[in-house]
Amino acid sequence: MKPTIYLDNSATTPVAEAVVEAMLPHWRSTYGNPSSLHEAGMAARRAMEASRAEVAGCLGASPEEIVFTSGATEANNLAILGTALAAGETGHIVTTAIEHHAVLHTAQWLESRGIETTVLDVDSTGRVDPSQVRDAIRDDTILVSVMAGNNEIGTIQPLEAIGEICRQRGIPLHTDAVQAYGKVPIPIDAIDMLSVSAHKLHGPKGAGFLFLRKGVRIVPLVHGGGHERGVRSGTENVPGIVGLAAATHLAFEERDEVTDRMRGFRERLISAIEAIPGTRLNGHRTETLPHITNFSFQGIEGESLIMRLDERGISASTGSACSSPDLEASHVLVAIGVPLSMAHGSLRISTGRQTTADEIETFLEVLPEVVEGLRAISPFKVGD
Amino acid sequence: MTNVYTERVIEHFRKPHNMGKLDDYSAIGKVGNMVCGDVMWLYIKVDQDDRGRDVISNISWETFGCTAAIATSSMVSDLAKGKTLKEAIEITNRDVAEELGGLPPVKMHCSALAADALNEAIYEYLEQNDREIPETLARRHERVVKEVAELEKRYESFLKDEPGTGPAAENATPCS
Repeated sequence: MKPTIYLDNSATTPVAEAVVEAMLPHWRSTYGNPSSLHEAGMAARRAMEASRAEVAGCLGASPEEIVFTSGATEANNLAILGTALAAGETGHIVTTAIEHHAVLHTAQWLESRGIETTVLDVDSTGRVDPSQVRDAIRDDTILVSVMAGNNEIGTIQPLEAIGEICRQRGIPLHTDAVQAYGKVPIPIDAIDMLSVSAHKLHGPKGAGFLFLRKGVRIVPLVHGGGHERGVRSGTENVPGIVGLAAATHLAFEERDEVTDRMRGFRERLISAIEAIPGTRLNGHRTETLPHITNFSFQGIEGESLIMRLDERGISASTGSACSSPDLEASHVLVAIGVPLSMAHGSLRISTGRQTTADEIETFLEVLPEVVEGLRAISPFKVGD
Repeated sequence: MTNVYTERVIEHFRKPHNMGKLDDYSAIGKVGNMVCGDVMWLYIKVDQDDRGRDVISNISWETFGCTAAIATSSMVSDLAKGKTLKEAIEITNRDVAEELGGLPPVKMHCSALAADALNEAIYEYLEQNDREIPETLARRHERVVKEVAELEKRYESFLKDEPGTGPAAENATPCS
């Protein structure tokens, strides 16, 4: 692979060297099955339980509240479908219009099974008002699922206030914390279930967890040997779990330093891109994750934009229809009221712990040239 | 998804041919729609050759769209340049896609867009000059107009205030 300036860390991140190092022995020497009684198995179990304790400690949870999964899509499915099954597949779910498809499509699928869903609108910055949640809750509501921080525009939600409302009504609150985990404080006391994926955090792909508060009842989706306290059967992915814990450790240890840097990059990106005519910042100026910056560019289409950036050695992503298999513009950008022409011309820049100021400056030198080049061949001129 | 483009597509995307607006154009074909995120304006300059035939002496385009939309704009302009109108009418979306070494299935509509843009530009030229319009051309024109009407009706609420829609995009084509 040719050297790239990788600004697509919300898609996935490079695995940190310390994480790779931590994982390696668990293929080579600690290869046992954690369910086995012999030493090889016990060594693997010790590594797994140490990982569980690390993850739980960083979150402010108890180790037995951590259910390891294959990632956040599975964790989201487990939380939502598991709650619906426990409720006997009846009732009502509240979620938002800007959730990841792993939540939204799961809730929509449940509608076909007879569970009603209220999808809350968000304001033009992507925020949900806690009063919307209060108004949407019904007597038969079984779950509220609101993401912690949005993966496209970065907007964070008032989870503490939402959690308080849910608590008063005795309804579990689930949050997809894939992008927020390790980046911003999470009010864990307000939350009953939380989904995380390791690969967004400089950990390996194929590992994640569901935080499942003690006493919250869900029905397992995967049946078998009763692993993970019977909630998720299947021999545990020990190297992945160790990688998840090492990535978590790293993220929490260096969080202030890394996120301060990210906030600086975001400010620099915003001031430089706002100086280009015909642009708009998508998301919330301050209530945001530090690593995601989303802009729309008038008169150009996003897939062309990322392909032109790619030619120049820069990886980023877009919410354009042309980049999606269903040829539809990002549901997140549509939900915050971005006009279609601007939704097609969106660019998401997401930084990681490895991102440098030099990379940001190089990107900012290339970007105006690429934008100008595409505008020159577009029928829509800025100011039209 | 983006990495399944052929080398020819990438070549045309990187260095598109005949791009920009033609100042002394004879006719323009406007197709595409903001719903799908592809809008193509194709300009043709028509002159008569020494045998009195109508020839596309110059051609250019302006496109808002993805890699495939830009590459197909470039390719259709190459294919039509210097051709008589009679020859240019015969250029199909399949020709455009084949010359590019194929397109990902989800992007095939871009080649249709390019062929439609050429069709619409020729239609406009013939109509403006009170020439006889071949039946195949008229039929394709009718289809394009009908598809746009359907699309705009379907997305009426979405399309308010969008550039490239409304009266300015009368001859636009929907994505398919």
